[in-house]
Amino acid sequence: MKTRKLPAPAGDPSDRRNFLKHGIVSAGAVAVGAATAKAHAADPIGKDFPAFSVTPGAPFRGYGQPSRHEEKVLRALTPGYGAIAPGTGSSRTPLQTLNGALTPSGLHFERHHNGVPDIDPAQHKLLIHGLVKKPLVFTEAALLRYPMVSRTAFVECAGNSGANTLPAAPQANCGAIHGLLSGSEWTGVSLSLLLDEAGVEPGAKWFLAEGADSAAMSRSMLLDKAYDDAIVALYQNGERIRPEQGYPMRLLVPGYQGNLNVKWLRRLELTEGPTHTKDETSKYSMLMRDGKARQFMFELGVKSVITRPSGGLGMPGAGLYEISGLAWSGAGRIVKAEVSIDGGTSWREAVLQAPVLSKALTRFRLPWQWNGSPAMLQSRATDEKGNVQPARAEWTAQYSAANRYHNNMIQTWAVKADGSISNVYL
Amino acid sequence: MFTCKCCAVSAAALVLLGACANQSTVQQSSVPGPALGRAATAEEIKAWSISIAPGGAGLPAGSGSVQQGVAVYAAKCAACHGEKGNGKPADALVGGLGTLATAEPVRTVGSYWPYATTLFDYVRRAMPTSAPMSLTNDEVYAVTAYVLNINGIVAGDAIMNAQSLPQVKMPNRDGFVDYSRK
Ligand code: HEC
Repeated sequence: MKTRKLPAPAGDPSDRRNFLKHGIVSAGAVAVGAATAKAHAADPIGKDFPAFSVTPGAPFRGYGQPSRHEEKVLRALTPGYGAIAPGTGSSRTPLQTLNGALTPSGLHFERHHNGVPDIDPAQHKLLIHGLVKKPLVFTEAALLRYPMVSRTAFVECAGNSGANTLPAAPQANCGAIHGLLSGSEWTGVSLSLLLDEAGVEPGAKWFLAEGADSAAMSRSMLLDKAYDDAIVALYQNGERIRPEQGYPMRLLVPGYQGNLNVKWLRRLELTEGPTHTKDETSKYSMLMRDGKARQFMFELGVKSVITRPSGGLGMPGAGLYEISGLAWSGAGRIVKAEVSIDGGTSWREAVLQAPVLSKALTRFRLPWQWNGSPAMLQSRATDEKGNVQPARAEWTAQYSAANRYHNNMIQTWAVKADGSISNVYL
Repeated sequence: MFTCKCCAVSAAALVLLGACANQSTVQQSSVPGPALGRAATAEEIKAWSISIAPGGAGLPAGSGSVQQGVAVYAAKCAACHGEKGNGKPADALVGGLGTLATAEPVRTVGSYWPYATTLFDYVRRAMPTSAPMSLTNDEVYAVTAYVLNINGIVAGDAIMNAQSLPQVKMPNRDGFVDYSRK
C-alpha cells in the first residue's frame, strides 16, 4: 500500500488523481475488514446482521415516499406576507442536501402570488387568441394527444439569491439563500405547434401568458421564444406536473426568469407589443444605479453555487472532501466551472458531470484535501457564449442598491479552522 | 391512432387507411399536430380578455371618481395596504417620488409604475387577494383614481374611465429601458 499523500496546502486543491488514489486506499481497507469478519462467522449467521436484514420488508404501495430518515429534507418556507396572504411568497429547494443535476418534483421551489389553485383538469381550458387567424381553445384531453417533446431545464426565480444583495450577508444555508432554483425534465407540446394551428397574424410580435391562479399572473414575452424552445408542459420528471408547479399545464420557457414560466396556463394572447403588466413593470424589472430600470430582461445570467460544503453544513475535521455544486446559464450550455478555495486568488477547473445540457443544471465536482486551515470557497461558471459569472464588485457596480433581481454574482462560503461554514461577502 | 394527413382526410377509403398504416408514423402534414383545438367563441374570448394594454385597449365601460375611490379603498384595501396607501402589511401604494436614483429607492405605483392602465389591470384581476375579481368595473376605476390621487398624479375631482385613464402620464413613464432584444 502506498503511503498516504500529505494534505495539500491551502491554495492548492487536490487534483483528481490524488482523489482516486485515496479512493483505492480506503477500498483496500474495507476488503481486509470483510475477510476478517468472514473468518469469524458463526451459524446461524443472522445475528451478525442488523434487524432490517433479517425481517421481511414492507409490502408495496401505490406511490413511493422518501425514507422516514430523510424527513428533515424539506423546502425552506419563506412566506412573504404572513396571515394576510398565506399563499404569497416562496419555498426553496434544499440544495445543500441534494445531489446530481435534477430536483425531486416534491422539492422543486415554489413562488406563488396567491396560493396554489386546486384545478379540475376537466374544467381547465387553454385559450389562444389575439393576433391569430383562428382563436382556439384546447382542453387538457386534447393536448395530451399531441406529439410531445422533453426539455431538461432549470427554473430559477429572478429573485433567487436576492438576500445576498442585502447590505449584510445573511446567515442561512445554501437552499435558503440560493434555492429558488430547481432542475427538471419537462415534457409537453411545442408552443409553436399550437400557434401554427391558430395561425399567427403577421403583426404579432409578442405574446402574453396568463395563469388560472387567483393572482391571474400575466407576463409578456417575444414571440420568437415560442418558435425557439417554449413548450406547454404537462409532465415534470415523468409524471403529471404537480399542483404547485402549474397542474394541469404550465408554460416552460427555458433559460428565462422563473416568473415567465407561467403556471396553471389558461390564456395566450398574441399582441403587437408588450402589455406592461404589474409583474413586468413594478416587479421583475431591474433598477439600475442611474434610476432607470431594465425591463423585459428575460434571460438569466450565467451562474454557479457550491452546494457542498456550504453554509451550516460544517466539516468535521481535516481530510478529503468533495467540493460540489451547480452551474447553469440562461444562454445555453455550461463549458466551465472553476473552484477557488482562497477567495478567488487562484482557480482550479472542476469536472462537469455529463450530460451537460443547454439551459439545464450542470453538476460540477472537485476533490479537496482540506488541511484544516481557514478557506474561502467560491465557484465561477462560464457558458458556451463566453459569458463569465461576475464578481461581487462587478455586479453591484451596475445595479441599484435596492435591486434584488438577477443576482448571478460569485458567492463565497467562508470555512473556519473549526470546520464551521458561513456566507460572506468578498 | 396516429394521425397523418391521409388518415385525417379519409372518411372514404380503407385502401387509404391501409396505405397509411404502412407508412412511417412520423408526421408528414403541413399542420403537424392532430388539430384538436376547437374554435373559441366570441363570448368566451370577450369574457377572458382581461388584459389592458398601455394604450387603453381592453378597458371596459364604466367610470369612477376619486371620491368614490375613498370608500372603496377604505372598505376593500386599507386593511392590507394601510391608511392612505402607506403600506403594511402589504406593499405601500404611495410615495418614493424622486428616490429611484438614490441609495434608498422606494418603488411604488406613484414613483415607479410607467402606466396607469397597469393599475386598473392588476387591481381588477388580483385585488383584494382575499377576493380577486370581485370588484365591479366602476369600483376598480374609482379605486384606481384614488390611488393615483394620493400619489398626486390626478386631481381630487378626477374621474377615471376608458378615455381618461390611458391619458394619465405617470411620473416614471420614461424610466424603463426595453431589454427584450439586448
Ligand atoms: C388581504 C390583503 C390585501 C388586500 C385587502 C388588498 N391587497 Fe393589494 N396586495 C396584497 C398583496 C399580498 C400584494 C402583493 C402581491 C404579489 O406578491 O404579487 C398586493 C399588491 C398590490 C399592488 C401592487 C403593488 C406594487 O407596487 O407592486 C397593488 C397596486 C395593490 N395591491 C392594490 C390593492 C387595492 C387597490 C386593493 C383594494 C381593492 C388591495 N390591493 C387590497 C394584499 C392585499
